[in-house]
Amino acid sequence: MSDPVIRIENLRKSYGPVVALDGISLEVKQGEIFGLLGPNGAGKTTTVKILTTLVRPDGGKAEVAGTDVLSDPAKVRSLVGYVPQELTVDPYLTAQEHLSYYADLYHLPAASRETRIQEALALVGLAGLEDRRARHLSGGTKKKLDLACGLIHRPPVIVLDEPSLGLDVQVRRDVWNYIVRLKERGTTLFLCTNYMDEAERLCDEVAIIDRGKIVAMGSPAALRSQLKRDVVSVEIASANEHHGESLESLEKAVSQLSMVQRSVKDGTRLKIYVESNDAALPKIIEAAASVGISVQSITYSRPGLDDVFLHYAGRAFSAGGESGG
Amino acid sequence: MGDFLQETKAQLGRWMIHLKREPFNVAFNLVNPLILLIFMGGAFQALARDSVGGDYRSYLLPGILALTAFGNSMAGGIPLLFDRETGFLLRLMSAPISRASILVSRFLAVNLSTMLQCLLILALGLLFGARIATGLGGVVALLMIGLLLGFGVTVISLILAFVLENHGDFFAILGVTALPLSFLSSAFVPLDALPLWMRLLARVNPMTYAIDAMRSLILTGWDWPRLLLMVIVLLVFDGAMFWLGARVLSRQLA
Repeated sequence: MSDPVIRIENLRKSYGPVVALDGISLEVKQGEIFGLLGPNGAGKTTTVKILTTLVRPDGGKAEVAGTDVLSDPAKVRSLVGYVPQELTVDPYLTAQEHLSYYADLYHLPAASRETRIQEALALVGLAGLEDRRARHLSGGTKKKLDLACGLIHRPPVIVLDEPSLGLDVQVRRDVWNYIVRLKERGTTLFLCTNYMDEAERLCDEVAIIDRGKIVAMGSPAALRSQLKRDVVSVEIASANEHHGESLESLEKAVSQLSMVQRSVKDGTRLKIYVESNDAALPKIIEAAASVGISVQSITYSRPGLDDVFLHYAGRAFSAGGESGG
Repeated sequence: MGDFLQETKAQLGRWMIHLKREPFNVAFNLVNPLILLIFMGGAFQALARDSVGGDYRSYLLPGILALTAFGNSMAGGIPLLFDRETGFLLRLMSAPISRASILVSRFLAVNLSTMLQCLLILALGLLFGARIATGLGGVVALLMIGLLLGFGVTVISLILAFVLENHGDFFAILGVTALPLSFLSSAFVPLDALPLWMRLLARVNPMTYAIDAMRSLILTGWDWPRLLLMVIVLLVFDGAMFWLGARVLSRQLA
């Protein structure tokens, strides 16, 4: 078993009174895609900034390929390719000029520059656009160029902060493909996301972070199966100003059922966690009818990462945006 | 050392691309100097003949040169502040580069563009009838003085780029420095013609020493004591700014 490529131990960071990271620990193995999943303000970007040596931790340890971020930041920088959340392309430079700029910042020798530039352009599908100035590229293409800039030195570790934020469906799919292609080349990827589907689709290993703490960690499949239950999501008929009360009484009614473990209100829906049980659906509909509630829709699903988040963080994923850090 | 040169050259290259593709940024800095050279020079040509003892445009030219050097240097940090605001700088800092290369490349780019602008102003001055008593050697000396003034001011601007929160504040500061400080110097009228409080302020303004030296080169000849005084004052000013810059920026870029 090889040593982990990224090792974080009891990492802590506060900004004034705001605790961004409250002692997180995690390990990323060579060649895997690791996802840090959580709502805005959970501490994802702070973790990334510590890994890329841009922010100093208050305590704990962070290592990339055995090198501590504090003791040898220059070495860590040369090992990591970083693609931040916001677009950082320069509107005045062409795609080619961007890549040659970063090639120099990573001290690539003249002999391999051209090959690397062409390779990076090809990987993100920018071949043919190299002489176009960034200001004339579409938002999605700029993001691809941004990605290419992070790959130019073929780093063993790539850190991506929200790689598909604000991208349209097609570009998002393209970006996912590049990420998978990088993994196939043996690159270790650390990505932050607040998209459940992105984490489920790409990641070998996921840590769910909430308010500076890791609340769950494992492969998406393992995290799901830990829940050992399925989800019935009931939406009650809308246009009912008393739907809050209705949800309450529905919650009370279903809590009497033996297969129901727990239920959580999520907007106009009630999410009911049940042991895998074919009888759950009819029983729940029956229970609703018995307290006079008409059901608008009802779905039965295997749990996803959002259910995992809900389970461990104790609240719905989308409601998590207000804390700082 | 090889790495430092490679990364500094790359960053300088980016600034040169900006200069080439966005010449209006340069033109913007030249607006005030040109207005003063053309209109003020024209308006006061007859009026000022007696008080400055000769051609007012030639008299004005050193002031305009100093204003150009000062203004361009003072604005020199703005692109770095933009880089901070867009996240470009943070990404740059995730690369294994020396932090000094960020400052050195910008410093070189600013002073290169100062030199080009001063050359342009000189050429226009000559076109409008100004004459340079010291000839071609004087032109070189004038550019050197512009740079010597620009060095310290560029450092101030780099400091501002890292301590200010947004570019709005930076533009506000620009608005109340270059032109007002030119009026608090010997740029437009002899020091003796200024009221006492302005004269006192002008005496501690490094621009005054640059302008007086430039003026002697343009109007009279090689006035060595005056040139020596200018070199001493500007070196002290630059040295103080470099010292301050090293202290502040090493903390900001840690």
